[in-house]
Amino acid sequence: MESFICKPKYVEGVDKSHLKQLIPEQLQDEPMTGTTIMAIEFDGGVVIGADSRTSMGAYCSNRYADKLTPVTDKIFCCRSGSSADTQAVADIVASYMEILEIKMGEPVAVQIAANTFKEICYNYRDRLTAGIIVAGWDKMKKGQVYIIPLGGMMLRQPVAIGGSGSTFIWGYVDANYKEGMTKDEAVEFVKNAVTLALTRDNSSSGVVRVGIITKDGVERKVFTHDKLPKFQ
Amino acid sequence: MSSIGTGYDLSASQFSPDGRVFQVEYAQKAVENSGTSIGLRCKDGVVFAVEKIITSKLFEPTSNKRIFTVDSHMGLACAGLLADARAIVEIARTEASNFRAEYGSPIPIKYLAERVSMYLHAYTLYSAVRPYGCSVMIGGVDESGPQLFVSDPSGLCHGYFGSATGKAKQNAKTEIEKLKLTGMTCRELVKEAAKIIYLVHDEVKDKHFQLELSWVCEESNWKHAPVPKVLFDEAEKFAKAALQEDSSDEDEEM
Repeated sequence: MESFICKPKYVEGVDKSHLKQLIPEQLQDEPMTGTTIMAIEFDGGVVIGADSRTSMGAYCSNRYADKLTPVTDKIFCCRSGSSADTQAVADIVASYMEILEIKMGEPVAVQIAANTFKEICYNYRDRLTAGIIVAGWDKMKKGQVYIIPLGGMMLRQPVAIGGSGSTFIWGYVDANYKEGMTKDEAVEFVKNAVTLALTRDNSSSGVVRVGIITKDGVERKVFTHDKLPKFQ
Repeated sequence: MSSIGTGYDLSASQFSPDGRVFQVEYAQKAVENSGTSIGLRCKDGVVFAVEKIITSKLFEPTSNKRIFTVDSHMGLACAGLLADARAIVEIARTEASNFRAEYGSPIPIKYLAERVSMYLHAYTLYSAVRPYGCSVMIGGVDESGPQLFVSDPSGLCHGYFGSATGKAKQNAKTEIEKLKLTGMTCRELVKEAAKIIYLVHDEVKDKHFQLELSWVCEESNWKHAPVPKVLFDEAEKFAKAALQEDSSDEDEEM
């Protein structure tokens, strides 16, 4: 719980339990990345994207969050669900992968990182609230996107969307995704989709963050609110 | 081995004054007593061939095999004590299976070979155990292409294009060096492998032997499998013919 929440002082002998109602219920929630995240494969790599809102119920506790988290040099994960859970899982997988990279003597494959995420998300499915998209580039299978939704399933998809905001853009993604996009087309597509989601979704907002992972490394972009496309 | 009897060769956990661990060297001797096995790596896969010496006519033909499948994409050929080899195969299989369970993909062959070598090495460190009396060739095709590794009782592990272990390893290696491995296909190599085994077999010391051939290549669907019967027979015929030719050459010279 963050410090700005003023709890009613307890005065002995007086029942003030009714005052609890004065604190909005949502302020007692844990921070969630009520989110829009997505990732897409293009020829040469992957583009990942996310909004930047972290909320506790209706309260926006961070409007400039970073939900695109590095796992290895060329593998990122997009986090949705509980901030605490997803950060913890991402940290654990990142440390596993660092060790595995040393043991195997080469960068780990995206599938291996994704599978490790899945293993944790599945084994602790009753305790975790984590919807994760793993995306990255390796020299065997090039750009790859894996989605791991709530129950701990894992799927490889050419394009994946996640978080609460994703419900608003299924149609857009279905209609506009095409195979073999160029890098710029893919970035544009991700930017548009996330923008559409965050304008409609109450718990997605802020900037649009984009990451481009190719054989040469990672390029990150931030589109502030005034740079986002207008749709009406 | 002049230091026999000086007391430094009874335990793997003690060095001799000149810095050797005799138990490990004895284990390597055990490997050299065994039938020859060779592994060849070419542009499109890996081939194993083993000279299985038959010590009794009463054995069934399929008994005491010396080529094993570790994981679907990977085989293992051994030289040395067969029982020890079987224990190592079990370890290798467990490693391969654990990797699949943990990471959802087949284990890289180099990684497995190194893990198995760590195991072999651990058995050169303690007085309560003896080193494994066998050398293993681990090979197959993974995401980075055809691979072949050889681990010996000391725990050393090297990658090879072609290698041989067992009785006639020197002769076999000389023969392998004559091949242009990087330019050949598995189909061609199966015959060459069979030929080398027949060539290095010592008629005088061991009368009966059986040839074992296996491969991993596109024709086997990238799985480790015994070479198909038709090709096996063809290879054996080729080997016998080559041997015949060889010996008739020698006759002429005489």
